[in-house]
Order: sequence, then C-alpha cells, then structure tokens
Amino acid sequence: MSAPSNSNFSRRTALRAALGLAAAGGLAACGGNNGRGGGSGSGVSLTQYFHAYGEAGTEQAVKKYAKAYKDANVTTQWITAADFENKLFATLLTDNAPDLFEFHPQIQMVRSGQVADLTDIIEPVKDDFNPADIASHTVDGKTYGVRMIDDPQFFFYRPSLFEKAGVKVPETLDELIEAAAKLTTGKVKGLYLGNDLHAVINPMIWSAGADTLDDRNQIAYHTDGVVEGLRKMRSLFTSGDLLLGAPTDYWDPSALNQGLCAMQFCGMWAMPQFQQTLGDDVGVFPFPKVTADGKPSVYNGGWSMFVNAKGKNVDAAKEYVKWLWIDQKEYQEDWATSYGFHIPPRTSIAEQATKLKSGLPAEGVKLFNEFGHFDNIGWTQAMITALEDVFANCVRKGGDPEAALDKADAAVGRELKKLFG
Amino acid sequence: MSTTSELDLASPAPAKATPARSRRGLRGNSTFNFWLFTGPFLIGLAIFIYVPIGWSVYLSFFEARFTVTPEKFIGLDNYRHMLTNDDFVGSLGTFTVFAAFIVPTTWALSLGLALLVNRLRFMRAFFRSVFFLPTAVSYVAAALIWKMSIFSGVRFGLMNTVLGWFGIENIAWLADPNPPWYWLVIVSARLWLQSGFYMILFIAALQNIPAELYEAAAIDGAKRGWQTFRYITLPQLRATSTAVILLLLVAAYQAFDEFYNLLDKTTWGRPPLVELYLKALGENQDYGAGSAGAVILTVLICAVTLFQGRLMGFGRGDESK
Repeated sequence: MSAPSNSNFSRRTALRAALGLAAAGGLAACGGNNGRGGGSGSGVSLTQYFHAYGEAGTEQAVKKYAKAYKDANVTTQWITAADFENKLFATLLTDNAPDLFEFHPQIQMVRSGQVADLTDIIEPVKDDFNPADIASHTVDGKTYGVRMIDDPQFFFYRPSLFEKAGVKVPETLDELIEAAAKLTTGKVKGLYLGNDLHAVINPMIWSAGADTLDDRNQIAYHTDGVVEGLRKMRSLFTSGDLLLGAPTDYWDPSALNQGLCAMQFCGMWAMPQFQQTLGDDVGVFPFPKVTADGKPSVYNGGWSMFVNAKGKNVDAAKEYVKWLWIDQKEYQEDWATSYGFHIPPRTSIAEQATKLKSGLPAEGVKLFNEFGHFDNIGWTQAMITALEDVFANCVRKGGDPEAALDKADAAVGRELKKLFG
Repeated sequence: MSTTSELDLASPAPAKATPARSRRGLRGNSTFNFWLFTGPFLIGLAIFIYVPIGWSVYLSFFEARFTVTPEKFIGLDNYRHMLTNDDFVGSLGTFTVFAAFIVPTTWALSLGLALLVNRLRFMRAFFRSVFFLPTAVSYVAAALIWKMSIFSGVRFGLMNTVLGWFGIENIAWLADPNPPWYWLVIVSARLWLQSGFYMILFIAALQNIPAELYEAAAIDGAKRGWQTFRYITLPQLRATSTAVILLLLVAAYQAFDEFYNLLDKTTWGRPPLVELYLKALGENQDYGAGSAGAVILTVLICAVTLFQGRLMGFGRGDESK
C-alpha cells in the first residue's frame, strides 16, 4: 500500500514540478524585470497613451513606429477621444500610469511634478522647431514636451454654395452671421460650429482683439470686444441658421460632407476627407474679426508627447521620445501628412512636406502662419472650463455676458492665485 | 502494509464518526464559519467602500489638486468653496427637478405595467421579458442610442423624422436649453431603462396579496377595478411602494451616466454626481473640493433617506401600521 501511495505522491510531485516549471518558464519569459512580456529584443517595457485619432491608419502607424524601436517594448493604449483626458489624469495618480502620453502643454502638470523635463533632448534641435511650439512648452527655461503635430483650425466651406447664394468669404463675424442666413435652405443649415461651441471660444476671443491671459498671466479675455462677440454669437445661436445637435462633433468632417451645412469649423486634420468627398469644392478661411479693432484668428492646436515624471522608466521613456519625435524624421513626416493633414512642428520637415506645398493644404499653412495662435501653457484646464461655462451660460442659454464673465473671472482668478501667487 | 491493513480494519468506527465530527465541527466552529463566509465580503466592503469614504473625508480637509496624497491642510475651505459654489448648489436643484419627474413617473409606470402583465393570461412571459429587458442595457449604450439616433437634432433623427411628417421643424433636443427638451430625453431614457426592474418588484408584491381579500370584498359588494385597486391593492402594496420610492430616490441622487453622456459639459442639467465628477475626476483634478462635495452629498442622502423612511413607515412592523 505504501508503494502505490509513494507512487501517487511521486506522480503528483512530478506534475506539480512540471506545472511549476511551466509557470516559471512563463514568468521567466516576461520576467527578469525586463517587462517585455515575451517580446523580442532587450530593454524595458514602456506604455504610451494616445487618444483615438479619427483618421484611418493612425493607430496602426503609432504601433508600427513603436514596433520599430529596438531598445524597449512599447505598448500603446489607444483610448476613445471622449475618455482620454479622464483616463489619463486618473491613471497618472496610480502605479499603472503610462510612461509617456500625448497631451497639451499645461503648467499645472509641471507644477504637480507630473511631466518630466525634456530640455536635454530638445536643446540640440531646438532651433529646428517652430519657436512658438517651444515657447508654449517652456516654464522657467525648461521645456516639458515635444510637439508632434500642429493642427490649425478654421472654417471649411463649399464655394459652389457661396456662389449660388451670392455670398463672399466673411471677413467679420457680422458677415459670417449674414452668410449663414443666406446659405440656410430647407435641408441645409448655413454653419456648424460643433454641438457645444467650445472649439470657437479661443478664436472668438482672439478675433475680438483680446487674449486668454496676458504676458503677466493676468486675465485678458474680459473686454468689451469679447462681450460684443458673445452677444453676436448668441444672435447666431438663436438665428436658426446654425446646425445644432449633429450626430458627430466639429472635429469630424461629416456635417459638411453629408450636406448638413454649407460651412463647418474644423481642423486641418480633416482636409483629406473633405477633399475626397467634395473634390475641389472646398475652401478655408479663418475665424473672422469680431470687432473693428479685432483681427482674424486661427487656433494652432496640436498634440505633444510628454514623459511621466513619476514613471518607473523615465530615462527609457525620454530615450523613446527622442528616438521617435526628434530623430526619426521620416516617421514624423509620415505622422503629419499620411493620414490627416497636420503641420510638422520641425521646420526642416515642414519645408520638405510636399503634400502641404500646394492647393488647399498650402492655404491652410498660410492661415496658420498669418493668423495662428498657439497654446498658452499657463491657461489650464480649470480656466478652459470656466470659459466653456461662459459660452454655455450666455451664448447657448441666453444669460448676461458680463455676469457670465464675472463668474469666470472668479474661477480663473482662483486658479491664477494658486499657480502664480 | 500490515499497519495499513490494521488501520483499514479499524476504519468502520471512525468512518461512522467522521460525518458526525464534521457536523459537530460546523456547529462548533460557527464563529469561524461566519468569518469564513462573510470575511471576503467584509474585506471587500472595507477596501472598496469604507476606506475610500474615510480617505475622501480626509482629502476634503486638504488642498488636493492633481494628487490624492496631499500635504497642505486647509481646514473647512473646501466645504466653504463647495457650499458657495453656484454650480454645486445648482446641481442639487437639478436633482430635485429630476427626482420630482422620475420618482412618481417610474413608480406609476412600473406599477401600471405590473398590473397589466399580472392579469395577462396570454404571452405573459413574453411581455414580462419585453418590459424587463431594458434593465440589462447599459445606461451609456442607451444614452448614446437616445442621443445619436432617436433624439438627434438633425433631420434624420427618429423623432425629428416623425415630427417632419407633420411639418414640424427639426428640434435640437440636447443642444439648446430653451425650451428644455433635454428633460424629455433624459426622463424617457431612464423610464425605459428602469421601469422593468420595478415592475418585477410590484409583480412579486401583487402575487403576495391573498385572493381571499378580493373575494371578501366582492362578497361585500366592492366593484372590480378602481374600487378594489384603491382600497385593497394599493394599501397591500404599501411596503413595496415605500421600498420602490426609496430606491428610486437614491437612484435619482446617483444619476450620472445618462446626464454625462447626453449633455456633455453643459452648465444645465448637471446632477450632483456629474458636478463632482467634473470637479474632481475629470480634467480639473481638484480632489479636495470634490471630496468635500461628496461628503456633503452623502450626509444629504442619509438625511433625506432617513426622513423619507420615517415618513413612510419603512421598517415598521405590521403591528405598527
């Protein structure tokens, strides 16, 4: 009896040993603290967050670049655009935070120690970057992000519809409102600015001759011109000539492409899709001036790559950022021009980007250079929300612009005091 | 071998005793068994409920921006900020309007459905399933269907298509707060989502009403229909109605998904949880102020729930009725 008993024990032991070895083997494959999860090559494992771009092929492109990197195994999380910021900020508080992520420059992230100083990798090529892009990522002489793409935003329109309605390209906000009225027919609305109008907040402020903050980081948006602009925007909102409640937001070209409107505020990223659908029947113009002393404006949005300063592999993440967004010019041009159209922030790449040299893309670049405004690193998310509330309360809801701006002043002032004392 | 054989031979007695010992063991170690079965749940409760609540209370006294391990103690400043914040106070007003709509309508609709389905003799299971199925749909999915398909503001939205047949212009259901059509969208979505669940509760309660009551009432001359409903069915459903109203009220306080997905970042139609989410967890990352708001809201929910339970006699025994 003992023999069989021993024999059973031996078999169990052998089975356990085999399972243990298999498990150990499996762990070893992703172990050794190389974090490679069975991937090839050597080095650490990095995670990067990207918001889901709307242009086909972008996810595959990001993953292709990551796969080509040999010194680390880079995993990409492609996150639904609407959830991106929420997920990013929440995860940055945990141990599961990404090693690198794309976002916009915000001083709050610098002050909170969330983003690493990238001055050392940018400094050697600093002069090749658009100076405004460097300035918008710099705090106290240190640069905290590498710009990947610049995204000018303006109005796209159908010249054929303009001609039919006898409308010229608007040069003032009043003319834009008049044009929207003339272009509105039974099934087509004159203009689409997105469902919440958030995209045109900053352009309207700039076109009114104001700014979000001034050079001393003081409130600069509370001006008579902005109040006048808000009143005009309210008249546009209630005119019945604005497309409201569209299934997709301003960043998606569907509204103009599906014939829901004659003009749409959108970004240069969607230009290939507009051209594909509308052919030559598409043009662009900047946000027109709001007041007599205002000036047309274009928001030069875009995305930048940041390194999580509290990550476990800061140096490796910086190396990857340097490799991809500084050294690999071919990938940078591919990223900027092969899917949607974006302007490469590197002057040397922008100059050789043939797709942007003629036709409508060249017109977009011209507007970018002539009327562009870049991100202000001191303009934080809480301040952005405060002005979004202004638009919600007085443009969409019909409240008093002065009262709405006063309320925003209190919220923005509270933020400024915390950030700059 | 021989030792084993001897043990084997002696086995009948222990074999008989083993089950008895097991039973005695279960009885004798009742404390151990209690912790064995409830322990994991208590640990989960502590980790996922009580520790976060405690941590939230802690954060509410600190300047906690972009961090959940703050160092700067600021006393009651966050509470002061939240209680003087128009948006947060306004969100309590939004909740009041929402609760005033949704609690009575859901109660009435689910009771009505229960009465209809309970009487059915034909395809009863089918109709119960039809009304209950929306309960299994996620609020996010339903909100997106409502927003992008049924109540889309363009001409091919379902509601606008129907209105178009009568020559009515497209309505921007969610983009324009004047008039506040967004309430129709939100309330209809929630009614569709939750009425089926409460219908099941009412069906269970209806089936517990003794048939003798109706028979006795019939003998006494009560007419079927409104009279029996008013004087027998409704009083017999009192306990269930109280529970349903309590659950509906708490659910209304916790409303988030459909508001967040339908209205995005408007300044109207923000219930308290959306307001707190935007304040703390969204892009603003102000965990101190958000936590203070959460504490205020928790105290408010507890107070209202206790008051409502007391008002409606929830938890009282039959003898106290």
